[in-house]
Amino acid sequence: MGKVSWTAWLYIAVVVAAAVAVAVLPPRHATGLHWWGELAVLCLLFLICDSTPTPLAARQSAWSPSSSATLAAVVLLGPAGAALVGAVSVLSLRRELLAERLFNGAMYALSGFAAGLAFVWLNGPVGVPEPGQFPHIIWPFAAAAVVHVLANHSLIWGFLRLNRYERKVPRKVRTESSLPLLLVSDLGFAALGLVIAALWAVTYQFAAVIVLVPLFVARWAMGQFAEQQRAYAATMAALCQAVETKDFYTRGHSERVSRGSGMIARQISMRPDRAEAIRFAGMLHDVGKLGVPTKVLQKNGPLTEEELAAIQLHPMRGLEIVREIGFLNEALAGIMHHHERIDGRGYPMGFAGHEIPLFARVIAVADAFDSMTSTRSYREARSIDQAVQELRKGAGTQFDPLLVDAFIAALDSEGWRLPEPAAVPLDSRTVTAQDHDDPTAPLRVVESI
Amino acid sequence: MITSERPIERWSSWQTLDSGRLLLLATAGMLVVAALATSVAVGVRQPDTPVAVAFGLFIAFGELLRLALPGGREAAPIAMAGAMSYALLLHVGGQHLQGIGPLQVIAVAAVGMTVGALPHVAAGRPASLTGMSTRLVAVACVAFIFRPLVTQFPFIGSRSYWWLALAIMSVLVLFGWLVDTVIGALIRADDYGARFSVALWDEMRVQWPLGAAVGSSAIITAFAAQIMGLSELGVFIGPLLVTQVAFRRYAGIRATYLQTVRALARVTEVGGYVESGHSRRVSKLAVAVGRELGMPEPDLLDLEYASLMHDIGQLSLPDPIPAGATVLVSAADQRRIAELGADVIRQAGVLDKVAELVRCQNWPSRGHYPEPPIGSKIIRAVNAFDDLVGGSTDRDRTAAALERLRLDTAFEYDAAVVEALGEVAGKRLMSRL
Repeated sequence: MGKVSWTAWLYIAVVVAAAVAVAVLPPRHATGLHWWGELAVLCLLFLICDSTPTPLAARQSAWSPSSSATLAAVVLLGPAGAALVGAVSVLSLRRELLAERLFNGAMYALSGFAAGLAFVWLNGPVGVPEPGQFPHIIWPFAAAAVVHVLANHSLIWGFLRLNRYERKVPRKVRTESSLPLLLVSDLGFAALGLVIAALWAVTYQFAAVIVLVPLFVARWAMGQFAEQQRAYAATMAALCQAVETKDFYTRGHSERVSRGSGMIARQISMRPDRAEAIRFAGMLHDVGKLGVPTKVLQKNGPLTEEELAAIQLHPMRGLEIVREIGFLNEALAGIMHHHERIDGRGYPMGFAGHEIPLFARVIAVADAFDSMTSTRSYREARSIDQAVQELRKGAGTQFDPLLVDAFIAALDSEGWRLPEPAAVPLDSRTVTAQDHDDPTAPLRVVESI
Repeated sequence: MITSERPIERWSSWQTLDSGRLLLLATAGMLVVAALATSVAVGVRQPDTPVAVAFGLFIAFGELLRLALPGGREAAPIAMAGAMSYALLLHVGGQHLQGIGPLQVIAVAAVGMTVGALPHVAAGRPASLTGMSTRLVAVACVAFIFRPLVTQFPFIGSRSYWWLALAIMSVLVLFGWLVDTVIGALIRADDYGARFSVALWDEMRVQWPLGAAVGSSAIITAFAAQIMGLSELGVFIGPLLVTQVAFRRYAGIRATYLQTVRALARVTEVGGYVESGHSRRVSKLAVAVGRELGMPEPDLLDLEYASLMHDIGQLSLPDPIPAGATVLVSAADQRRIAELGADVIRQAGVLDKVAELVRCQNWPSRGHYPEPPIGSKIIRAVNAFDDLVGGSTDRDRTAAALERLRLDTAFEYDAAVVEALGEVAGKRLMSRL
């Protein structure tokens, strides 16, 4: 999480104070030796879960099924016990800053306490469950689970909101894409809490041991997913880079177009899975350039009609390559039509206006912007302001005006990392003389008679 | 098998159905007939009926949510957990259930699975009789041991002997998993022509997380239902679903990953660097040869990636090699191309083994120090073979190409690899006849 801003410190102080107040309240339910024994086992279960979280795709977030331990404590021990179990997070074995440690402990204690209150308030019977209590106990328990998950996530949300200290890209945006899934996962594992409590009636403390197996398998599967996802993104980036080695000046182009498309997608509040698909489409949009002979790409002088046709075919070539990638349905359209123009004078189909798929319109903006802000053999890189002006000029004729506005708004809030200024390579084989993406320097074509 | 392409389903004609599968289906079929006949004749005891219906529905739901695992495998973990826990049930909500016999367990599981499979069939997906039969036989093995045991020694079911019940259940769940895995490995070894020992090891490695989840879930359900009654099934489905979704996402991204590498490996073809279809032919053949040589599945996956991308280094050449046949280029150039390709792959940061295979693909198989990895030897031989034969299935051409490779086994190509290649190519010709 990096450094913690002072507002966040204040927030942490408030949360911790509330948690301490809750923890010192005397438990209202029977607290015999049994109670403390159960508390110890559940604390251990919580600690094991909490110390071995699964890193999720977004770097700094992680998930652990610890909510099931807290919810089991709600049933077995009541609000005070649940608060104490949650507070154990302070002792978590994962490496974290003091601020995070304090905050996590207080947050889990508070949400456990809130869940316990909800359970008791709805007449949920605290203690080891008996057969006669089912199925009535399920309703107060469900309410407790929902309260726990909501309290948990809103407390985290508050922390993330306040702690956006010295950060260009708000982290919140990145974690949001997996939020619904996280909520559902937490709810699902909260349900396990009731099963642990029931298991306790039969196998006593051993219940905590038995449930560790499914908990660890779930953790394993989530971790594998995140790992594969990272591997996938890295492999794709490496392969795109390989495609770009053909041209010195366009290095990093795919990655930047991918980033720009993602910025626009967020700005227009695209669904997370579509936003992800458009990032991949942006990454792959020029893959078809491989099908264009190098000598055409590097020709310094007007192109013949055949050569122009060869360049204009590259979206189709790209489509040919990526067609078999299963998940990219909408992305395929984006790759194929990313050189269409709103006025209908683009290629390969000459679509106009909203005939052009949304993905293609998004990629077109990011593509042109990156081309203009990168150095080319025939000109220096333009400044961001100049490029924005060119985009504005092209809005309505070449670009979708709404998307241009969205991109400019995204540039204002998130900024743009310019490519490293390209040094002129000694090896002239890898230099193109013209850029088909550059809206300010159209391809020169030999005039036919 | 690594590829998501499954072998052709052989249900079309019973003549070609191999004996192992036939035996499995016959066993499952007989079990079902016996179970249903007994259930109809004896009937289900009155208080047991809601329990049977609830578990049947749970199993059907689980079968509906089948799961595709990496390597073209299929599983129905929730259905399996439901069936296993029904086999291990002692009481439900304080009420004794000693009336459940093994055949009733099989009947409930079979009916549940069939009901759950119906929507799949209606949607035009394969019914997957093999998978269902495997699961049914595994459940039957557990039921035939546990149910008589409980009838014989009713004290196992008493609350004070929970630790004994827990120990017996754990052993049985492990046993059921082993049955499932062994049958699965037998079928796969048969389908893909892999060695049984390798197939069993692969199967265990892929199935253990799911097996552990299924087994522990079955035990948890059997115990928790003593207190919670049938509402346990409704509550426990929550964590099970979350776990299954995690597995599904994992399997999904694995499949997409492979598809993407396959697609992007074709950039060399579209760019005119290699002949169309070359990468894919080489990768298929290389994986078949690797399997013939008994390579385990993770190594086969690396081999598949490496053989798909083995020509990626050519992208850094300004112009394509004529006809893309790397076998005709000087050794020094070949090495340079391989090094460049390996650099590209190493950029990903997660495919270092694959990069190594690509880097060593041109090293002579003997007399080179250090010795190239087996995967590189395979790519080298298969690549040369494909450069000579192409997509052709001509018998004489294949034989001539193999002969040429054999002549070079003293130095260039690995003798065992060429032998395995001959074996695989021979099988291909046979299957085309």
